[in-house]
Amino acid sequence: MEKLLGWDEILPGACLFAFGEEIKENVAQTPRDSRKYSDNNSHQAHVSDWRVTKPVFNVDHCINCQFCWVYCPDMSIISKDKKMIEVDYDHCKGCGICAEVCPTPVKSLMMVEEFKSEEETLAAWPEKKKKEAK
Amino acid sequence: MAKKYDLQEVEVLDGNVAMTHALRQAQVDVLPAYPITPSTKIVELFSQFCADGYVDGEFIRVESEHAAMSACVGASAAGARVATATASQGLAFMIEVLYQASGMRLPIVLCLSNRALAAPLNVNGDHSDMYLARDAGWIQLCSFEAQHSYDLALMAFRIGEHVDVRLPVVVNQDGFITSHTAENVHMIPDEKATAFVGELEVVNSLLDNTKPITYGVQTEENWHFEHKARQHNDLLESKSHIKKVFEEFNEKFGREYKIVEQHKVDDADMVIVCIGSTFNTSSLVVDNFREKGIKVGVIAPRVLRPFPYEEFAEALKDTKVVACLDRSSPNGAVGMLYNEISGALINNEKTPIISNYIYGLGGRDVTIELLSSVFNDLTENLKAGKLTHKVQQMLGLRGPKCEYFGEKG
Repeated sequence: MEKLLGWDEILPGACLFAFGEEIKENVAQTPRDSRKYSDNNSHQAHVSDWRVTKPVFNVDHCINCQFCWVYCPDMSIISKDKKMIEVDYDHCKGCGICAEVCPTPVKSLMMVEEFKSEEETLAAWPEKKKKEAK
Repeated sequence: MAKKYDLQEVEVLDGNVAMTHALRQAQVDVLPAYPITPSTKIVELFSQFCADGYVDGEFIRVESEHAAMSACVGASAAGARVATATASQGLAFMIEVLYQASGMRLPIVLCLSNRALAAPLNVNGDHSDMYLARDAGWIQLCSFEAQHSYDLALMAFRIGEHVDVRLPVVVNQDGFITSHTAENVHMIPDEKATAFVGELEVVNSLLDNTKPITYGVQTEENWHFEHKARQHNDLLESKSHIKKVFEEFNEKFGREYKIVEQHKVDDADMVIVCIGSTFNTSSLVVDNFREKGIKVGVIAPRVLRPFPYEEFAEALKDTKVVACLDRSSPNGAVGMLYNEISGALINNEKTPIISNYIYGLGGRDVTIELLSSVFNDLTENLKAGKLTHKVQQMLGLRGPKCEYFGEKG
């Protein structure tokens, strides 16, 4: 629960610090869950309530090209050691860019209606076309 | 290291050139600008100073005034000393970003050579752009002549950049009348001027990797009000700091500036309130009337925002008749000065008879005769003990008499 401050307590300039304390280490090398984010960092916030369609990730087709990670405008593609792990549904707005840039013959990311479960989406995933025998 | 510019003790400069010397002496780090009449010379000369090695900072050519102020915001948040110059349509185009700059509490200095707003297109001086910016949360200083343009531009950095203030500052000067009229300007030698302005104290730099920060976050109904109240409070409180800077400037360089400037107001029955170079013209008219034994005076805000309500209430507490002269089309209301001055005086024990004149639009000449006619009106009001005309009149307008608000006589 955020603490509501009085007008005399807020930091002038509508400024917020990303971290609770001065950063001395290389944050990029620090695992996400170990970073000392400040309380008002949006890392803790759920900012995806208005999403209508969501990207579902299918690891079977993924070649770890990292396109989705590069293009995601909200840093909602969780990738570790250059391997795609999952989608961060607390921050993903459902823009669909990740699925659009995904280069695999059968997409590894597909946009589906928000209410559809991951299981049923994966079960209905399109088949890879088998190469026709010559 | 920037080269020293050899200056005479007194130079013959117009307001634009005088202001640019102030920007050079303040050693502005970044000046993004899109030149526009009548402030063009500031941009042109600053880029010349950069090219000739008199400034170590950067001049950035941008694609519009909106971009100019946006670049100011970015550079200032990064921790640079930042200034720009504009006028009229340019100011209108950067207005969105003016609110961003003040909301993010970035001490940018904007040199504004005041000019009319189109349509009809007009390049000459009036206060339409000054009035347009007045609610944008900036400190606004007003120059009456080239000397003030220079001094106020220097002081603007000291005022805006103070850690307790951290607000952007507009330095207004009348387009063409002040911006382009060459006058004697007493200059401060480079080393003294630069020392007076001092080093910028960087606060929450965007480039500080050890403390990553977001500027201008989104705040909805549970936060926005507190941020705006804080900004309003700090803008009002900046007045005491402005006074301190004015005092220090006077001690060091012997030129006195006050929150409101007055000429023979103390014992005056009738007073004109105006802004900018009209103060100087009115002072001549006041002297003429004084020679005839008529007790008149003129008063003008040196600081338009934060508005000096207390100073006006005190200065005009015994005045019997006041005329507020607005050099901007009020478009469906009384002029801004009439509103502010009425507000400042309404809680005094005695309130004077207050009238409003709209004058000098689009650079229409403001003559001694016109200003004398105002004092003649005020004399009639004084004799009658009430307004002898409607509240608002147009001064120096062709066609049938144009007057509004309130009953005649």
